[in-house]
Amino acid sequence: MADITDTAAPVTSDTVARLKRSAEFVVMPAAALLLSAILFSIFLLILGKSPVQFFELLWRGGFGTWFSWQNTFIRASPLMLTALCVAIPARLGMVVIGGEGALTMGGFAAAAIAIPMISWAPTFLLLGVMVIASAIAGGIWMGIVGAVRHYRGVNETISSLLLFYIAVSILNFFVEGALRDPSDPNKPSTMPIGKENMIGNIPGTDVHWGLIFGILLCIVLYFVMNRTTFGFAARITGGNLRAAQAQGLPVGKLILISCAIAGAAAGLAGFFEIAAIHGKANASLVAGYGFTGILVSFLARHNPLVIIPVAIFLGGIAASGGLIQRRMDLPDATVLVLQGLIFVILLVSETLYGRFAIFRLKEATS
Amino acid sequence: MNDFKISRRNFVKSTAAGAAGLATLGLPTMASAAGLTIGIVYVGPRDDFGWNQAHAEAAKVLGTLPDVTVVEEESVPETIAVSKSMESMINLDDAKMIFATSFGYYKPFVLDLAAKKPDVQFRHAAPLWTDADPKNAGSYFGYLDQAHYVDGVAAGLSTTTNKLGFVAAKPIGTVLRNINSFLLGAKKVNPDATVQVIFTGEWSLPVREAEATNALVNADCDVITCHVDSPKVVIETAEGRGVKTCGHNASQAPLAPKGFITGAEYKWSTIYTGYAADLAAGKPLPNFIGAGFDKDFVQNTGYGAGASPAAIAAADAARAEVKAGKPIFAGPIMKQDGSVLVGAGKSLDNYDPMLDQTDFLIEGVVGSIT
Amino acid sequence: MDDGSLATVLLAMFAGAIRVSTPFLFVSLGECLTEKSGRINLGLEGTLVFGAMSGYALSFHTGSPWIGVLGAGVVGVLFGAIHGYLCKLPKVNDIAIGIALMLFGTGAAFFFGKAYIQPQAARLPSISFGGWSDDSAVQQALEINPLFIIGFFLAVAMWWAFKNTRWGLIVRTTGDSTAAAVALGINVDRVRLIATSVGGFFAGVGGSFLSLSYPGSWSEGLSSGQGLMAVALVIFARWNPLACFEAAILFGAAGALGPALQSVGISQGYHFFNAAPYIMTLGILIVAVSPKRSLKGAPAELSITK
Repeated sequence: MADITDTAAPVTSDTVARLKRSAEFVVMPAAALLLSAILFSIFLLILGKSPVQFFELLWRGGFGTWFSWQNTFIRASPLMLTALCVAIPARLGMVVIGGEGALTMGGFAAAAIAIPMISWAPTFLLLGVMVIASAIAGGIWMGIVGAVRHYRGVNETISSLLLFYIAVSILNFFVEGALRDPSDPNKPSTMPIGKENMIGNIPGTDVHWGLIFGILLCIVLYFVMNRTTFGFAARITGGNLRAAQAQGLPVGKLILISCAIAGAAAGLAGFFEIAAIHGKANASLVAGYGFTGILVSFLARHNPLVIIPVAIFLGGIAASGGLIQRRMDLPDATVLVLQGLIFVILLVSETLYGRFAIFRLKEATS
Repeated sequence: MNDFKISRRNFVKSTAAGAAGLATLGLPTMASAAGLTIGIVYVGPRDDFGWNQAHAEAAKVLGTLPDVTVVEEESVPETIAVSKSMESMINLDDAKMIFATSFGYYKPFVLDLAAKKPDVQFRHAAPLWTDADPKNAGSYFGYLDQAHYVDGVAAGLSTTTNKLGFVAAKPIGTVLRNINSFLLGAKKVNPDATVQVIFTGEWSLPVREAEATNALVNADCDVITCHVDSPKVVIETAEGRGVKTCGHNASQAPLAPKGFITGAEYKWSTIYTGYAADLAAGKPLPNFIGAGFDKDFVQNTGYGAGASPAAIAAADAARAEVKAGKPIFAGPIMKQDGSVLVGAGKSLDNYDPMLDQTDFLIEGVVGSIT
Repeated sequence: MDDGSLATVLLAMFAGAIRVSTPFLFVSLGECLTEKSGRINLGLEGTLVFGAMSGYALSFHTGSPWIGVLGAGVVGVLFGAIHGYLCKLPKVNDIAIGIALMLFGTGAAFFFGKAYIQPQAARLPSISFGGWSDDSAVQQALEINPLFIIGFFLAVAMWWAFKNTRWGLIVRTTGDSTAAAVALGINVDRVRLIATSVGGFFAGVGGSFLSLSYPGSWSEGLSSGQGLMAVALVIFARWNPLACFEAAILFGAAGALGPALQSVGISQGYHFFNAAPYIMTLGILIVAVSPKRSLKGAPAELSITK
């Protein structure tokens, strides 16, 4: 990434300048979203559909009722973790798009390691082992991406994608073969971990604990990336690889650790899919959260803190997608078109940062 | 129906703000308080020319009932998303009845939601409901293997190489059962017949389906059938290779003007029309309905140019027998591993629960599950 | 595996190499041209899918598959031009825009493609080279689509043009050093815009092959990442159009491996055979690429090799 800038660290002691600069990071995305909304409205009008109804339903299905909010939160929680899988390597200038593979491996490892333990292990031990297994499996999976990048110079975008396809074939091979639960011939799955071992919901809601975990991990990784030597070194490497090497930074280590952290985050998303939703591993684990996570991370400009609201925003779009289909007779792909539009326009808005004097003090720009 | 939808949509629009407030308090919304709202969820696009389209077309009959509104959602994955889609239909559209049309929806999603929403009726398209499950849930299913059996009879008389080809998506129970029954049909009229199966690994993967079809034809199979979500590619590729075909899921007869024999189709319309009649009469829906030819839940596609008179006669006769209850699994039948499935002189009923748990291929099928 | 089975599998892989490789070939040639000019366009996956849909739709409405192919190419030019134009704006990342256009192109193709899943459109005819054999498998293997042949000559022409023409020199200079190109008076942005647009044309044509020739039908599952894999192909083809042709052939053959092995009775672990193209690509990349020496043939301005 050409322009990974620190959005939070003070660039000047002048409070006004800082406020103005921060305002830019709010106003610009908002303007980009507005433009996306306008273009999408034109698209709807051409199709003879009502944009007003569309956005009303978008609001109602995603945020209009307490049920809608819970629906949104449930869909947002895996997105936070898979977005981190894109955001952390992005700080080093790496574009990783195969988070879905790490999620798959994480979920698979969690379900697989649970099988011999289900009959005797107490819940906390079982879940503890599953958490560790999923983080390690996801971490190794993305670690491979980092390793082949550093040691062999293989492009991480390509290798992570290839590893996604390979992860799916590993999952299917074991789920339909050695680890298949013979009692369920019609949906090849591993042995269920049992209802009593599942992670419950946050009290008073339908939302599982993955949401809280995702938010906490975003906050933790924000501080790691912005307030520690590790994060600082990672950002320098991302800004200029040659300069980082010249300064003697351990570039290889940084790449490997960042990728492993990223993979662990996505692997944990897999854990929550198993332990909070499916209770077993099967092909439904591959549901596209990893790919939507790419969108979330880019929209958040790879800032872990910003990932939280962006994931909720996209979760809301997903949650309302059904209501929009039902009420407006629009096909499922409508949401894809909208997401693609927002993605393109937000990326293009990058070009306008720093162009408007209103966000700068005269002294700061000179 | 159309007019009704539009007026309802305007009504919803004008009351959207108020309704949102009501729903927050857990009160029923006014949008469709007058009649019944039915929600239907599909796992793929409604116009996939396969499984989902067959459901969607048959379910249209529900929408023709007076005072009934149908809301539909497509491409809903078998994850928490389906649970929330159904719940959204209940909470935001006030649906009182849900049809979940994909296998993986049932456990845990339909079961959990049925327990949570006891005043809503759930029906799921697979033979899975048992007495232990919530009483407001249920299953409906057509036993398509009966139609594949009849396909097999016609195919067995159409092959000159005695090799039949089967392009299958995944080695799951219903698919394996269809393969087994297809072979049993062929063997009934042609004891030398074998079925070679190739698994593509995914429900819809056109390039690999075409490759698999070509590989089967290259292996001397001269009748090809399949069990994938959308059989169009398989049938077209086989027709291009000049071999005969049997269809699956919907009528593929127009796709193969030269080689099409017949096909195995669900007749979901029987089921949905039956449900509609029950609803109109105010009767409760049964918890479990499953049948084959006997109740017109499955059918064979009309014969194509590839069907010889002998094949037609034998297939018609076989269908009449199955309809009358003659067992398909009549011994002796061995499994692939050599163990006995059905002993000589014995047979399994066409609805034997053991067959719902099919996790094996029978002797004469070439290709393995794992 | 006995000799007969081996021959069957080899013949299937040969046939698969010709049947399955064409979309890879066109997309990788398009990507090769784009990357030679110094940009990477991951959006070709979206272009491929949209090209497949629009080509099928046009063929259905006009009855002429060749109009479909051309239309798919024109649509590809449009997608390429959007990418090329947006990426010249400062601070806009070409990889990110590519991913965004991939999402947009796929979504738009699904949206507009609903009506074309069921109808049958006129398909591209193949040319039979196998009349001399009486084996139907050999005959089928030598049913060669004209697009494959066009693709082959296109690869040769591109290889020659990069070396021997002024245009080739301009594109290579632009890709190797923006500064040098500017010094020579080349309009760098315009060269990249044109290269990306023409690359889009190729990708669109590649998509139309999927829907109009093999497997020859439009559906939402049609592409399983062919457009993205083409990017990997370009890397291990070292930005050489002739090597792109070889790589596409290899990839097509690997794709035929899974079904072919099952057809001779080897079905244990078919998931891995089906994943063979991906495993093979990763393996080749790990072995072939090395950070120690700069990649021969790699455009120096390319973000992924910097």
